[in-house]
Amino acid sequence: MTIDVTITDTPLSIPRSEAVSTPALPAWPDSVIQVRGLVTQFAGHVVHDGVDIDVRRGEVLGVVGASGSGKSVLLRAIVGLIRPSAGRIVVLGHDIGTLTGSRRIALQARTGVLFQDGALFSSLTVAENIRVPLVEHTDLPSSLIDEVARVKIAMVGLPPSAAAKYPSQLSGGMRKRAGLARALALDPEILLLDEPTAGLDPIGAAAFDQLIGSLQHGLGLTVFMVTHDLDSLAAICDRIAVLNDRKLLVGTLESLQQETNPWIRDYFSGRRGRAALQAGS
Amino acid sequence: MTVEQGLLNVTSEEGTLVLAAAGSWTLTTAAALTRTLDAAPPPLPDDNGQPGRIRLDLGQLDALDTVGALLLRQFRDRSRDQNHPVLIINVRPEHIALIDAVWRAAEAEPVPPEPGRPLYEAVEAVGQASLKTARAAVELISFFGQVCTALLRVVMNPRRLRLTALVYHMDHTGLRCLPILGLLSFLIGVVLAYQGAEQLRRLGAEIYVVNLLGLSILREIGILITAIIVAGRSGSAFTAQIGTMKVNQEIDALRTLGLDPMELLVVPRVLALMLVMPLLTFYANMVALFGGAVMSYILLDISFHQFITQMRIPIDFWDATVAMIKAPVFALVIGMIGCYEGLLVSGSAESVGRRTTKSVVESIFLVIVLNAFFSVLFSTIHI
Ligand SMILES: Nc1ncnc2c1ncn2[C@@H]1O[C@H](COP(=O)(O)OP(=O)(O)OP(=O)(O)O)[C@@H](O)[C@H]1O
Ligand SMILES: [Mg+2]
Repeated sequence: MTIDVTITDTPLSIPRSEAVSTPALPAWPDSVIQVRGLVTQFAGHVVHDGVDIDVRRGEVLGVVGASGSGKSVLLRAIVGLIRPSAGRIVVLGHDIGTLTGSRRIALQARTGVLFQDGALFSSLTVAENIRVPLVEHTDLPSSLIDEVARVKIAMVGLPPSAAAKYPSQLSGGMRKRAGLARALALDPEILLLDEPTAGLDPIGAAAFDQLIGSLQHGLGLTVFMVTHDLDSLAAICDRIAVLNDRKLLVGTLESLQQETNPWIRDYFSGRRGRAALQAGS
Repeated sequence: MTVEQGLLNVTSEEGTLVLAAAGSWTLTTAAALTRTLDAAPPPLPDDNGQPGRIRLDLGQLDALDTVGALLLRQFRDRSRDQNHPVLIINVRPEHIALIDAVWRAAEAEPVPPEPGRPLYEAVEAVGQASLKTARAAVELISFFGQVCTALLRVVMNPRRLRLTALVYHMDHTGLRCLPILGLLSFLIGVVLAYQGAEQLRRLGAEIYVVNLLGLSILREIGILITAIIVAGRSGSAFTAQIGTMKVNQEIDALRTLGLDPMELLVVPRVLALMLVMPLLTFYANMVALFGGAVMSYILLDISFHQFITQMRIPIDFWDATVAMIKAPVFALVIGMIGCYEGLLVSGSAESVGRRTTKSVVESIFLVIVLNAFFSVLFSTIHI
């Protein structure tokens, strides 16, 4: 279906209800990330032992697990920062293990990563941080790059004055937003987030969830999100993967509550889990 | 109908330019898209002479991303400024949310840069720089005071000394410095003997090469080499270590845990350096003399025995010990500046690098200035 939108001098007003009633989600024809039999270890300490997962195009997948269970390591393996001891990781149809050179760089430009602590370049301002991938990977004129950086800063909800600030001059939540803006700089197809709402106040965290949800809808992103935030899981995640005992179990909030594994049961059926589920439904 | 690089199909109606977007308007096509949109012909005026309108059909657009949506908005704004209203039709539902989000973000006003006043700013910069230098000097002196009191506190109450840290730093600044210091000192000894021998041989005074070597190495050269290597090796390491801790807020963490960074980080480093520096200097002196002796033997056929006997003539007790008096002072200066610059690091990784450079340059500068001062002092008191 199509709709007429008349653009006048007033800001664009699009019937939101209509946009929401026809979600742009495709019917998951393909999975953008495929992990098969992943084994990772550090000096004999096995972190993952046979992890399988498919992340479908257009979904938000939440990954939970106890502290130290290997969520960040899984994310780092998917982006190719850690070489697994065994198993295959296929991202957007390319095997990470065998990809080298310019094809690897091209693939990395199609994925955006927000690290657990932001990982902004400390000697560059926020705007310069966002410019880095644009300058490196595109041949856009400088004025357009500035404009794109300005839009990304506004899209993640930072005030315009944040553009000229250095990371050390920002609060923890603002650094997270700036990191997200940099991850979004190249309009990636896949966004990998490591605990994006950790350390934010509940209202800020809810706003961040909403931001990720709306970006995901608007940009058609696939989101792989490590989180401990039950509210985020209930609010924006389509499916949830639980990393427990070196294996990954995938389900929905409802189905995981029926699990018999004690850790998973406690996680989702504890007081906080139930409250989040009620709020979400 | 013309097709322009598959991104825009242009047709003209009476008073209206009809544009149909096609292909993908994304980051990868942005450069071509910018050119295409710039090249779109202006619409012809309608029957009544009113400026023409533009109708942009997005129904056939395959892919759109932030950059595409931004260029769309820029095109709309530019055309509107030229009095050509733009009507955007057939927006596909999956693009609505994106256009909405980007256009709303693009409305945010950029922060205007401060208006520049070049002359005023230049004068201000000079003033600020002078003030900063003066303030830095005062701060360095007050830091010197703090280090001294912290050292005194530890001396008065040896239990407060972090013995493990002290031994660790003595190992790293002392023991591990031996190979490189030995090699360089040996080479310096060789070079001095070689140059001296060349000149003195013309006068038939070969044997005085020993006097030359003995005096210059023991009084000046050994300690200078040692101080420069230690500044480059350990002073810079102190700044980088403490600076990185500062960036990671580890120094703040120490303070909140009731631990004094001065006592925990600065004192063991400075004290370790003050303890090992005389030893390193002695070692450097001996190796440099050995290098000189080897060269004298090869070039001038002066045996080791002759070398040692000859050396005892001009060298008195003070010649052999002035370097040991200078060594702890230089160590204090190098260690103190290394730690001071480390504590001044703020925020960024770049600042760690800048401070490290500064610490090495400052400490070598101060060592050379102090060395000159010592020379004057020693000659006035005749030692
Ligand atoms: N570079 C490394 N070298 C050695 N061991 C590592 C390394 N990185 C991670 N590990 C180990 O791998 C395990 C998983 O770490 P990971 O950072 O993935 O935990 P996590 O699930 O992200 O925890 P959290 O929720 O606290 O962030 C931990 O036991 C950790 O000690
Ligand atoms: Mg983690």
